[in-house]
Amino acid sequence: MYNFVSGPLVWIAFIIFFAGMIYQFLRMLKSAQKDKVIYPYMSLKYSLRSLFHWIIPFASKNMRARYEVTIVTFIFHLSLILLPIFLAAHVVMFTFSWGPTWSVVSESTATFLTVLVILACLFFLIRRLMLPEIRFVTEPSDYLLLLIAAAPFLSGFIANRQWFDYETVLIIHMISGAIMLMAIPFTRLSHMLFFPFTRAYMGSEFGAVRRAKDW
Amino acid sequence: MGLAALPIVNDPGLDIPIQELTPERIAEVFNRVVDQETAARFKVYLNTCVHCGLCSDACHWFLSNDRDPRFSPVGKVKQTLWELIKKRGRVQPAFIKECSRIAHTECNVCRRCSMYCPFGIDIAYLLLTVRRICSELGVVPQFLQDTVNSHAVTLNQMWVKQDEWIDTLQWQEEDARAEVKTGRIPLDKEGADVFYSVIAPEPKILAQLIGNIAQIMAVAKVDWTMPSFDGWDNSNMAMYSGDFEIMGRVERAHHDAALRLKSRRIVMGECGHAFRGAVYDGPKWLGWREPPIPLIHAVEFYHELIFSGRLKISHKFETPVTVQEPCNIIRGRGLGPKLREIIQATCADFREPEPAFEHNYCCGAGGGTINCGPPWKTSRVKGNSVKAEQLAATGAHVIITPCHNCHSGIEDIVGAYKLGMHVKFFSEILMEVMEIPEELKA
Repeated sequence: MYNFVSGPLVWIAFIIFFAGMIYQFLRMLKSAQKDKVIYPYMSLKYSLRSLFHWIIPFASKNMRARYEVTIVTFIFHLSLILLPIFLAAHVVMFTFSWGPTWSVVSESTATFLTVLVILACLFFLIRRLMLPEIRFVTEPSDYLLLLIAAAPFLSGFIANRQWFDYETVLIIHMISGAIMLMAIPFTRLSHMLFFPFTRAYMGSEFGAVRRAKDW
Repeated sequence: MGLAALPIVNDPGLDIPIQELTPERIAEVFNRVVDQETAARFKVYLNTCVHCGLCSDACHWFLSNDRDPRFSPVGKVKQTLWELIKKRGRVQPAFIKECSRIAHTECNVCRRCSMYCPFGIDIAYLLLTVRRICSELGVVPQFLQDTVNSHAVTLNQMWVKQDEWIDTLQWQEEDARAEVKTGRIPLDKEGADVFYSVIAPEPKILAQLIGNIAQIMAVAKVDWTMPSFDGWDNSNMAMYSGDFEIMGRVERAHHDAALRLKSRRIVMGECGHAFRGAVYDGPKWLGWREPPIPLIHAVEFYHELIFSGRLKISHKFETPVTVQEPCNIIRGRGLGPKLREIIQATCADFREPEPAFEHNYCCGAGGGTINCGPPWKTSRVKGNSVKAEQLAATGAHVIITPCHNCHSGIEDIVGAYKLGMHVKFFSEILMEVMEIPEELKA
């Protein structure tokens, strides 16, 4: 079991992740051709202007108004993407199989960031349960997606602490990581891929056509 | 979740057509619209939304209805499109009435929410797609559909016949000449610098606005014209009902009229939705990237006349004023700074509203919502109490409102919330403060 999840499953997950992302990207490009307004109005200048205001914390009005969401969201997304890449345990496994290596974050930093990701997921869950406007639009899949995002971090944290049976937890950790990777292209987690493009199009429409700000 | 039922509103435009519908027919139309008329934006927007609810605070309906989640932008999408998609359009006819209520009467497609969505999802576009589906099913609020029928038959919104149109212009020309000797409304003049177009309610119920512009044009010595034939009405309610074929015809007729008269540019009266239709939604549907000839809104035109010195201001308007910023020229064309400059140039005491510019609240009437008529007035006025609070907080006595829909909507709000304020078009301010040279005075 361990050999499968740490070997073939990782391959399968990455292949599905990358192939899925490429597939969704190409499908979007093709579909954008049919949507006759997209290519004529897309503008690099205004796309970047909009992205700039929405990837810098507090650069947009709603980010300032909902500052608590902004802080949590930025910490969550940055940790979610960077932590798995710079985690010593991951890098070691990669180096062991392939050779190349890169710098890693210290174990205490890694633990700290993991806890932050878990707390952020908790924050999102509470927000979803407590705020009527979010509860109203919440579907079971929203909880599932939150679980998919939280599971690798929760299990990774437990594995690191060596609570319960280490090997079982490690297997759960690797499976949950694989599930998240494979889910990204095919669920609403695909906002990882689509976010820059929806933002860019809106930025282009606001900037080039409507000559207005969109932040 | 225990949300109180919303009052049931009877509207023959919704209640009668749904009796003829079946889930099969609805599914057929829904799938046709989704398959043939939507593509990347529709799919990506729906697949990208993570149901975070951050768009909610953008919506004046949500804010005014005590944060009722049914009025949040994403809540409106959930109650319409999510359900339609889940059931592949096989829904009961009564559901389509709900869709029309939400999309036609409880959303002004003002696009404030796309400035609050972190992903920049165009939620108004999604609700316009719902309107399109309703319209294709023949389910449109009766008053709104009547204006669309008028567009279809007469190419203007108010069933104005050509002789009435010409007669009204002659009447207003006479009125203008009672004030300014050279006041003229030149009809069908070829090669004029300005092709001036208005919305049909002007000749129908607000004819004096045309007389006003005739005086302004005369004082500023503008070379202008209006057409005696179809295409003079720049309004477009079909754009908002979801009847995009009629929308395209109306927009084409407007641009064609200006091209036929070989005008150098179009200047549009103080209306926001008309501007949006002519500059953006219409051209998009017609496959034009840009309008074929330059086209500006009255605010830009007045700015040009005042700051080029062609119009002189004799004295400033003293009463404290604030401004209603029409979505379609502020969020839709970035005219916020120019609007303030012309107000500052003509008014002594300007009170800035908060929020302002692109973030200003919608009037609650635009997007075809006020055109849904009296049955929906109560919910419309209730749905914009934040606007009443915003206006009251400025302490102004006059609200300058360079848009017809805003004008009517704000008047309703001023009345319902007893604000005791007056609503004026910018041209009405201009008429009071503009200097008429002695030699031109009648």
